[in-house]
This record gives sequence, C-alpha cells and structure tokens, in this order.
Amino acid sequence: MSAPTVEAPRRVLAWRPGPVALAGAIAVALVIAGELLSPGFAGYGQLVNLMRVAAFLGVIAIGQTIVIIAGGGGVDLSVGKVATFAAIIGSRVMAGDDAGIVPAVALALLVSAGIGLVNGLCVTLLRIPPFVMTLGMIGVVQGLILAYTGGQASGRAAPALTSLVNGRVVGDLPGLLFLWLLLGLLAVWLLRRTTFGWNLFAVGANRTAAELTGVRVNRTLIVAYVLSATFAGLGGILLLGYTESVFLDLADQYMLPSVAAVVIGGTLLAGGIGGYAGTAVGAIVLTVLQGLLTTLDIGGAGRTVVNGIVLLVLLSLYGRQRRLRS
Amino acid sequence: MNVPARLRDLRWAGVQLSGVATVAMLVVAVAVNTALQPNFWGGYALTSNFATFVPLVAIAIGQTVVVLSGGLDLSLGAQVTLASVVAVQVVDGRLDRLPLAAAAALGVGMACGALNGLVVALLRLQPIVATFATSFVFSGLALVVLPTPGGSVPIEVTTAYRDSVLGVPVALLAIVGLALLWRVLRGHRVLRHVYAVGGDAEAAYASLVPVTRTRVWAYVLGGLFAALSALAVLANTGSGDPFVGNELTLASVAAVVLGGTALAGGRGGAGGSILGAMVLALVTNIVFFADVPTTYRQLVNGAVIILALALAGIPALQKRRPAA
Repeated sequence: MSAPTVEAPRRVLAWRPGPVALAGAIAVALVIAGELLSPGFAGYGQLVNLMRVAAFLGVIAIGQTIVIIAGGGGVDLSVGKVATFAAIIGSRVMAGDDAGIVPAVALALLVSAGIGLVNGLCVTLLRIPPFVMTLGMIGVVQGLILAYTGGQASGRAAPALTSLVNGRVVGDLPGLLFLWLLLGLLAVWLLRRTTFGWNLFAVGANRTAAELTGVRVNRTLIVAYVLSATFAGLGGILLLGYTESVFLDLADQYMLPSVAAVVIGGTLLAGGIGGYAGTAVGAIVLTVLQGLLTTLDIGGAGRTVVNGIVLLVLLSLYGRQRRLRS
Repeated sequence: MNVPARLRDLRWAGVQLSGVATVAMLVVAVAVNTALQPNFWGGYALTSNFATFVPLVAIAIGQTVVVLSGGLDLSLGAQVTLASVVAVQVVDGRLDRLPLAAAAALGVGMACGALNGLVVALLRLQPIVATFATSFVFSGLALVVLPTPGGSVPIEVTTAYRDSVLGVPVALLAIVGLALLWRVLRGHRVLRHVYAVGGDAEAAYASLVPVTRTRVWAYVLGGLFAALSALAVLANTGSGDPFVGNELTLASVAAVVLGGTALAGGRGGAGGSILGAMVLALVTNIVFFADVPTTYRQLVNGAVIILALALAGIPALQKRRPAA
C-alpha cells in the first residue's frame, strides 16, 4: 500500500520539467507556431510589442500571485475593476499634465490599497470566502467608478507617463519592459527574501501550523490583499499610459486571465507553493496565445473557441490535481 | 453504514442555521421593497418581478449542485447563452417547434456540463480555471450559432410566461417547479453522493462512492439547470442574445453563498440559493425604487450585497472556526 504512494509522485517529478521551464517552452513553441503560420510573427518589433502587452497582465498578476500563495481559497477577482478604477482616477487627476503625475499616481494607488484593505479585513475578520468577497467588491468598485465619473470618464494620460510606457529607452525597448522587470524582481524579492514572503508561504501551506509558530496570520493575509489591489492599481496606471485615455471597462478583462497566468506559472491554487517568475512567464504565454489567435484568420467566434481549448490544453499539462487513489 | 446518517446530521445543521439568516434577509428585502415600490403586491408588479427572478433562480440551483460537489462552474453563464441561442435558432418563431427547441437547449446544457465534468473530474483540472477556459469555448460557439442579437420566440410563449393561473404568476409556478425538481433530485442517490464527495472526497472514495462519476454528474446537472435558465431567459425577453448569460455566472455564485451553501462543498442546499437569488434581485429593485441617484445606484447595490454576504457567512463562522 505504501510503496506505490511514495513512488508514484516521484516518478512523475523525475521526468517533468519545472512549471516555469515548461511555461517558457510553451511560450517559445507558440512563437514558433506563430512564425510558421504567419511569417513575421516572430519579428523583433512584433515580439517587443507582445511583451509590452504582456506587461500589463504581468503587473496585475503580481498581486494575484501573492493572494493565491496565501491559500485558503485565496483569490482576488476584483483586480480588473481596481485596475480600471486606478486608471480612471489617474487620468482625471493628472489630466494630461506632467505636473499632476505624482498626486495622480499617489491617489490612485492609495484608493487601490484602501479597496484591498477592505477585501482583506472582510476576508479575515468577517471570514467571507475570498472568492465571494472580491466578487462582491467588483460591484462596489463598479459603483465607485460610476459615482466618481458620473458615467463619463475624463482626463488624459500625462505625456511623461505615456513616454515612460511607450517610449524607447534602451536598445529600442520600451520603458515599460524595464519597469516590469523591476517590479518582477521586487515581487520575487518580496516573496523569497522578506519575512512577509516567508510568512505568506507558511500561511498558504498550513494556516494552523503557521498560527501556532507565531505567524500573525490575519495580518499577513490583509497585507496580501492590500498588495494585490495596489499592484492591480499600478497595472491600471501603466495601462493608462499605453492607451492614453480611459474608458469605463478599461482593465476589466484582466480579472480571470490574471488567475490563469498564475496557474499556468505553476502556483498552486490551494496555496503555499509557487512564485512570481512562473506567473510572469504565464502572462507571456497567454499574451502570445492571444496574439497568435489574432493573426490567424478565423474570425472572432472561432478565436474565442480556440482560445478556450488551448487554455484547457495548457492547464492540463501541469495544472492538475492529485489523484484520490494515491 | 453510519456515514449516511452522519452526513444527514451535518446537512441538517448547516441548512437550519444558514436558512434562518437567508429567510431573514428575504423578509427584510420584501418588507423594504413593499414600502418603496408602489403596488409591489399588485398583479402586474408581482408577475414581472417573478418573471425576472426565474433565470437567476434556475442557474443558482445549478451552481448549488456543482458547489455542493466541491467544485465551481464559472461557465454556467456561457452555457445559458449557448443553450438559449441554440433554442432560439431551432424554434425560429414557430410554436410547433417548441418541444424540439426545449430539448435542444437541455441537450446543449447537459453536453456542456458533461464536458466540464470530464475536464474537472477526469483530467483533474482546478475547477475555477478549467471552467473559465470552457466558458470561452461555449461563448465562442454561441457567437457562431447567433452572431448578433436576434431570432424570435413564439409570441404565445412570452405571453404565457407573463400570464397567471388562478392569480398565481406562471413565473412563480416555474420557480416552484424548479424547487420541486431540486427536491426530487435530492432524494436521488446521485445527490447523496454529491454531498458525500463535496464533504470529504477521500472518505467518500473509501466508502465506495464513485467520486469521479459523481463529479461529472454534478456538472451535468449544473448544465441542465443552466439550460432551464436559458429557456426562462428566452421566455422573458422573447429573442436571442449571444451575450445574455455573461452576468449570470457571478450572480449565481453570490446567490449560492447568500443561501448559506458552503463554497468548500458538502454543506447547504438549493432551497437557500433560491431565496438568495430572490434577495439579489430584490436588492436591485429596492435600490431602483429608493430614488438613489442613478450614478450611486450600483455603489449602493454592491455595498448591500457585500453586507448580505457577510450576514450569510455568520452561521458558517460559528461552525467553521476550528477548521479555518
């Protein structure tokens, strides 16, 4: 009885590459497939552009990674709406003027963090399941957006923000990519080299054990939700720099892809295992897939279907749960 | 042999505790609505209110079955969309094709559910992301079937749906019918297995419950109720729309939680979800009739729903404290 239970997972692990490497291989395979199907897909400019689009999902998914690692069914469905709200606040406060950037970004991130704080407090103190709490928060943030804008978004991105996001900085690469790299390193450092990061993994792996070893579980969770909303807000601001003007559902569609990127990157939805490097690659995979489907001439409906099927295939490569029998 | 008995006890405790909170919320919602909406109890308002409840009630029951099994189905809304556009294309405005269209919708719903079940139970993908992926497949197919809003339902169906029998709105009868269907299912072995699997999959497996098959069945039943929801949507709106189900998915999860069913699975029931769905719909109603300025309506709506979610969680809070 005990021999197969011990051996089976080991044998699986022996030949299976790490999730990050696997996700990276998939990304490369998708790019090669794109080049074969439509020559020019793997061109330098095109790839840089794809990476730039991936950066928004990548930044928003930083927070999602943190919340999911915290475990206990942790997930933040409100990231898309929070990003939208941050972009709306940012554009209205900066109003196309460089002088307004600092107060605009500060206010947008502060509001985002506040939303995250409410999420965290309700999840920890009121024990509302994270899924439904952040789901309910979508409605509230949508309400805040309508109340703040009166149904009409206004303002513009400041030129400095736009040039930071779109402008070429080094080697013809847009500044956004360096920013993403910086934020990614920050996320990895936060998760791997800080007390908060260690506490987070401990809470995600076994909440009771973490509590018994003296980890302040609730505080760690609240910080996780605050960080999630803050990174979402940051993603929204960056997206604003890209689009220059806002609309009321600017970043809404990032909600579930951010979760998918985390899962494709090898972070367990159950919590306690994972990291940001995988998520970043996951974001790239999803974006390359989108780009590939856009270049194929199969129409919007067919594209949606193929997108779903490919997503399923990607997930089944390693997003699988363990067998009951083991 | 004493496992079923224990399960029944657990279920009873869960239903009773959370049932009180949900019923209280519904009573408050109805009372506030009565005070605010003129003629809330009048025939017309009652009929049109119930007519808008049915789709959410049906999809909430479907979500309940899936959640009870320990899963979650984020593709239910897309299934409603797909089933409704298929049905509207089949019926094509002709009354004699109605049975065929209904059968087509139910078939589509159950096929979608079977796909979800296979993906979640056999491939063992995590339900949240797997059903998110299949929702793309379903909504894409819906766009293939009906690219733009259109198609028509026989006028007899839409009039009958908003009619009333002996003073009882047909839509209310539909809700009663859905509740009865749930009761019949709950008496069946499959639902007992669903509770067992959702409560503790490993214990269920050890007790010779066919875990994989039960999980597939849970998603198939979810798809069945999504198809019923699609038929209600068609009867209510009278035409097809390839985006109609989008907002139903997340509302169905909210209704399940409001109804006191534990998202972890194994505890709860569709009775609460039916009431939860009505609370959700009534909150929208109340905010509308409370003369909240248009721009603040959604904010108030969202805040009230979070409050309700917090209240719904209180019984679970007392029960789950040691485990959480």
